[in-house]
Amino acid sequence: MWKWLHPYAKPERSYQLASTLLPWFAVSSIITLLIGTVWGLAFAPVDYQQGESYRIIFIHVPAATLAMSAYMAMATAALVAMVWQLKLADAAAAAIAPVGAVLTAVALITGSAWGKPMWGTWWIWDARLTTELILLFLYLGIIALHHSFEDKVLAGRAAGILTLVGVINIPIIKYSVEWWNTLHQGATISKLDKPSMPIEMLAPLLINILGFGLMIGALTLVRFRNEVIDRNSMRPWVRDLVAQESK
Amino acid sequence: MNQSISYWQTFSNVLKRDLQVAIRNKGDIFNPLVFFVIVITLFPLGIGSESAILTRIAPGVIWVAALLSALLSLERLFKNDYNDGSLEQMLLSPQPLFIMVFAKVLAHWLLTGVPIIIIAPLLAVLLHMEESAYGALLATLVLGTPVLSLIGAIGVALTVGIKKGGVLLSLLVLPLYIPVLIFATGAIEAAALNMPYAGHLAIIAALLAGSMTLTPFAIGAALRVSTN
Repeated sequence: MWKWLHPYAKPERSYQLASTLLPWFAVSSIITLLIGTVWGLAFAPVDYQQGESYRIIFIHVPAATLAMSAYMAMATAALVAMVWQLKLADAAAAAIAPVGAVLTAVALITGSAWGKPMWGTWWIWDARLTTELILLFLYLGIIALHHSFEDKVLAGRAAGILTLVGVINIPIIKYSVEWWNTLHQGATISKLDKPSMPIEMLAPLLINILGFGLMIGALTLVRFRNEVIDRNSMRPWVRDLVAQESK
Repeated sequence: MNQSISYWQTFSNVLKRDLQVAIRNKGDIFNPLVFFVIVITLFPLGIGSESAILTRIAPGVIWVAALLSALLSLERLFKNDYNDGSLEQMLLSPQPLFIMVFAKVLAHWLLTGVPIIIIAPLLAVLLHMEESAYGALLATLVLGTPVLSLIGAIGVALTVGIKKGGVLLSLLVLPLYIPVLIFATGAIEAAALNMPYAGHLAIIAALLAGSMTLTPFAIGAALRVSTN
């Protein structure tokens, strides 16, 4: 069953696969993000309570949701790297970390911009906001650990341990709005059978979540290719690649 | 060769050794404690000595100072052993790493956590803390400071091989300390209002149980990475 996976443990094959997948992810994410964002910002109906300012949801919710998903993806890669000793999984984890950190920052900034008109304050020490901030700190710690080792293999292992320890924070963020009575509203799209928002609002939101996911995929692929090249810069196939490019 | 050493002997040997080393360098025990006291005395000087304000901020100040002093003392947990090579010998020994790591962390807690617990009520008096909150303060410190040592040890183990690991250590460890801080200060504030705080204590106890069972594995794995 796993036979088809084995060739991709070789950096060269992985690099080629990433290069093949990249345009698909990039193009589809641009298309879905354009559709979702334009629909959400220009055509979706106005919220009767929050007015126009609710429209930031089309950026805020995808960024916040996928910041956690990106962390789980990074943790999965770290676990794979630790259990099966696949070096490329480390490269993948290293590639996701900055993308996830930026998404978390986007979620925090858009959230605070949304909080100003709705709650009358840029920031409150509410459970959801605080745990999301911890997530950002975790991302930054992992990135810092990646950069503080000369040896990339060691850096990957060390960061992998920290990543797996930090997984404890993810369920806390996810359920913080249920465990504590907070100002932050509950999950927006948890009930797929009976959504708490009309379909005209839900559809662009879901499209944007998909678009953000594809965008993370594309950005991660770009960074993954760089990581692979960086880690294998002395290998002949990389030299061939460089020779081809510079021709 | 020493296959016959029992787990308990391993544990007590490592614990005894670490305590002995620390007692011979008394600064290791007293410096974090003095730091703890000084940080706390800075707050009344900086914020003003009105007792109403101090009563309000006392739990948070004591706990934040405890976090910082734990962080300050953590570095020596593995550093000297790493420098003189005894850490490597521990990793090579046939005894389970879990037990040795656990003994080292316990020694660290006995040397830095327990003195803080002992001196905290005195500082609480200086900060005019509510009398009903003393029990909660002690209970949260007893349950919470071992968690600080255990979680912090992961960070130290990861950074022990890096030259300037100190700043990085705080970046790695402090986010993981936040849950302990939230529930501990929550419990003390609830107790100050004469409200039940057993729920908060239960969560800190759960954090302690979880970190006692799981973090030694993470610490061991991190040490193996660092001594590579």
